[in-house]
Amino acid sequence: MSSAEDTTDRNKTEPLADDARVDLDAVFEESQIQEVFDQLDRDLVGLTPVKTRIREIAALLLVDHVRRQFDLASDTPTLHMCFTGNPGTGKTTVAERMAQILHKLEYVREGHLVSVTRDDLVGQYIGHTAPKTKEVIKRAMGGVLFIDEAYYLYRPENERDYGQESIEILLQVMENQRDDLVVILAGYKDRMDRFFESNPGFRSRIAHHVDFPDYDVGELCSISELMLAEQHYVFSDDAQMAFEDYIDRRMRQPYFANARSIRNALDRLRLRQAARLFKAGGAVTKKQLMTIEAEDVLASRVFGLPVESRSSD
Amino acid sequence: MADTIQHNKRYEAGVIPYKKMGYWEPDYQPIDTDIIALFRITPQPGVDPEEAAAAVAGESSTATWTVVWTDRLTACEKYRAKAYRVDPVPGSEDQYFAFIAYDLQLFEPGSIANLTASIIGNVFGFKAVKALRLEDMRIPTAYMTTFKGPPTGIVVERERLDKFGRPLLGATTKPKLGLSGRNYGRVVYEALKGGLDFVKDDENINSQPFMHWRDRFLYVMEAVNKASAATGEVKGHYMNVTAATMEDMYERAEFAKDLGSSIVMIDLVIGYTAIQSMSNWARKNDMILHLHRAGHSTYTRQKMHGVSFRVISKWMRMAGVDHIHAGTVVGKLEGDPNQIAGFYDVLRQPYNEQNLEHGIFFDQDWAGLNKCMPVASGGIHAGQMHQLLHYLGEDCVLQFGGGTIGHPDGIQAGATANRVALEAMIMARNEGRDYLAEGPDILNKAAKDCKPLQHALDTWKDITFDYTSTDTPDFVPTATASA
Amino acid sequence: MRLTQGTFSFLPDLTDEQIKKQVKYCLDNGWAVNLEYTDDPHPRNTYWEMYGQPMFDLKDPAGLMMDLEEARKTFPNHYIRLTAFDSTHQWETPRLSFIVNRPPEEPGFQVTRQEWEGRKVRYTIHSYATDRPAGQRYQR
Repeated sequence: MSSAEDTTDRNKTEPLADDARVDLDAVFEESQIQEVFDQLDRDLVGLTPVKTRIREIAALLLVDHVRRQFDLASDTPTLHMCFTGNPGTGKTTVAERMAQILHKLEYVREGHLVSVTRDDLVGQYIGHTAPKTKEVIKRAMGGVLFIDEAYYLYRPENERDYGQESIEILLQVMENQRDDLVVILAGYKDRMDRFFESNPGFRSRIAHHVDFPDYDVGELCSISELMLAEQHYVFSDDAQMAFEDYIDRRMRQPYFANARSIRNALDRLRLRQAARLFKAGGAVTKKQLMTIEAEDVLASRVFGLPVESRSSD
Repeated sequence: MADTIQHNKRYEAGVIPYKKMGYWEPDYQPIDTDIIALFRITPQPGVDPEEAAAAVAGESSTATWTVVWTDRLTACEKYRAKAYRVDPVPGSEDQYFAFIAYDLQLFEPGSIANLTASIIGNVFGFKAVKALRLEDMRIPTAYMTTFKGPPTGIVVERERLDKFGRPLLGATTKPKLGLSGRNYGRVVYEALKGGLDFVKDDENINSQPFMHWRDRFLYVMEAVNKASAATGEVKGHYMNVTAATMEDMYERAEFAKDLGSSIVMIDLVIGYTAIQSMSNWARKNDMILHLHRAGHSTYTRQKMHGVSFRVISKWMRMAGVDHIHAGTVVGKLEGDPNQIAGFYDVLRQPYNEQNLEHGIFFDQDWAGLNKCMPVASGGIHAGQMHQLLHYLGEDCVLQFGGGTIGHPDGIQAGATANRVALEAMIMARNEGRDYLAEGPDILNKAAKDCKPLQHALDTWKDITFDYTSTDTPDFVPTATASA
Repeated sequence: MRLTQGTFSFLPDLTDEQIKKQVKYCLDNGWAVNLEYTDDPHPRNTYWEMYGQPMFDLKDPAGLMMDLEEARKTFPNHYIRLTAFDSTHQWETPRLSFIVNRPPEEPGFQVTRQEWEGRKVRYTIHSYATDRPAGQRYQR
């Protein structure tokens, strides 16, 4: 059609005059990012440093957005990110919110999150990897690609590992199609650092690093109460104290996964509560059905184990 | 309450009102297998509308003018049609909508002839009503599935033609009468090569002294194949096989098939039985069946008397035609936009929901019958493309006869103008533009790359057919006419 | 000649921006898009070669454009078409299909006529391109 010239230009508007003024509060209001922040606060207890970091990034993007209206920024900025932290510290949840923020500020067109691991990207035989990786990339286009434990893509011990092929395709897309896709790499901090050392191409394409600290006992207690309340359970006072003790002991055990471990522990508490009620027999009250007692908590195996120093991962 | 006379008195010899013979049952709840007909009744002055409705129910089912004792040899309560509801027509003084339910077993499975012989057989000449119109029918699934429906359907037709995402384009060869076979084929070739998908015989092109049908078919197929090679597209011509007898029609249809035609055409005037026979033939032979609704306006156009085209559309989708002319809204022939939207809904939707604005009185499940492609033909041109797309949608055939052949630069140019206008409009619609408002602008831009379109727009820019429709839906938004 | 199969063949070839908008329309309708290529565009050649599977979970046209760019590099002298598939009941068929790449020269088709009894003619449409083996067509 003859309208090629006006279809390409339709989205571009004239730059603002040098003496024009833009009300940042209004832009912020209009972007509705506050809703995302609020949701983040509701979803995740604590995590203050992470939330602060997300707000900083959002502010930068918002200002950049306005700078572009004055023609002060032309290229799409690099937006790829790296989220490091132990399991269960909220990386996926924050990534979902980040996708929404990027969408609201028009850095991505759709704002969906495609979450993958090595198995989704790397194939089993020659010629399998490129189509697999591309398939994932195509699905994520217009949104955010979240690669959990991204360092598994790189296996230096096997020089013919197909992960390398996936890495090369990803790097190319991260560089050339910044308009189309934002990539967030996630995983343990130390392993991610080693991964970047061997793959400097990745490090140089990451604009924002966000570190997710472990939760402390107090935060984990709040999380457990929230989770219980969602399912209409409460701790008795004794159970509350016992569970704090439980968290303290559990954190020192290997494979502690923050909020995820808490969720699993609560599932076990509900099992024990049910078993206890059933064994007692007879009539039960609503209150009894809702209450987790100390004995439900204290039956956990962590109370029988020696208290060790906290493992590093 | 029903005033039915009970038992022994009911069958005493003599004349009693229909209302008292069991044809007026205001408490009757139609069951899922009932066929329901909605009539617009204009009773004679002084006739009670309920009596008129009962009379229509009686005359279209078991009754005659007098009591017959032989009723008592049958389960006559079951066979009586039941008028169960009479509403005044909104905005009229003397007209009523009468709802009449018929038992499923009153009808022969899969026979439009039998269905219509009952519903519209005798009753339209009945003296007790001044005028009578069949407005709509609810066909129960139990009866619907006894019909085979369109042999090809919209989906398969598109797959066979390899044409998706836009209306198909056609034209009727003009002049309607007088062209020799050789000259006729020329028109077909030019129009197809220029960009149309189909050309069509007119309804009255059969086998006349100036052009024998065999001659026409041979020249037309030369044109179709040459045009297909010139464009790489599948092309077609609706070969009108309408003839005096079924034997003649089969012979012509077989010949068209032998020559490689993908579509044949019949006229509504051949009758419902012949239509169903040709539908069977088309199904057996993988042919698309085009129906021209020749003659329908004699009984569909006037609001007070006849049969609504909505009902004809229903019957024809059941009888099994793939194409049917169903109105243009903007062209030279009768057509209120809402009415026509209703006809198109009936032909194309898998399930019609009651939509009084479109004149659809009943929910209608089509029970998986294929969709029928509506054809818009008569006085339309490229400059109306945005309106045509807006009113008629994507799954239809737009037939530009005069609008192709009458182009100042020739038939090919006329065809090209239509195709470019159509493609530009589809592109704009898909891009999310407000194509109805921006239509003229979109066409003018497209015409910059296409002189034939520019000339078409210049030639017909002021041509509209702005007359008041005679057949419009009667509804008030609050009315509930659901059965 | 110019092959006029597909929805937009009578318009000037679509720009990538225009293609993106059409893809967006398809994705917004929930249709899966795919690319197919051929060097024999005979009107009855239904099954062009698939360039990968239909993309079922695409959210944004960029994914298709990435493949299209590759396909054009691999098959610059072939026809490439984009087809959108609708899986909803009573459609279950392509809903849009248009050409997104053409060979620089389009040789077209020949009509072959076989005379038959009673003035009847049997027609065969033959792609000139198929006069050469697959893979060597459209080479100069």
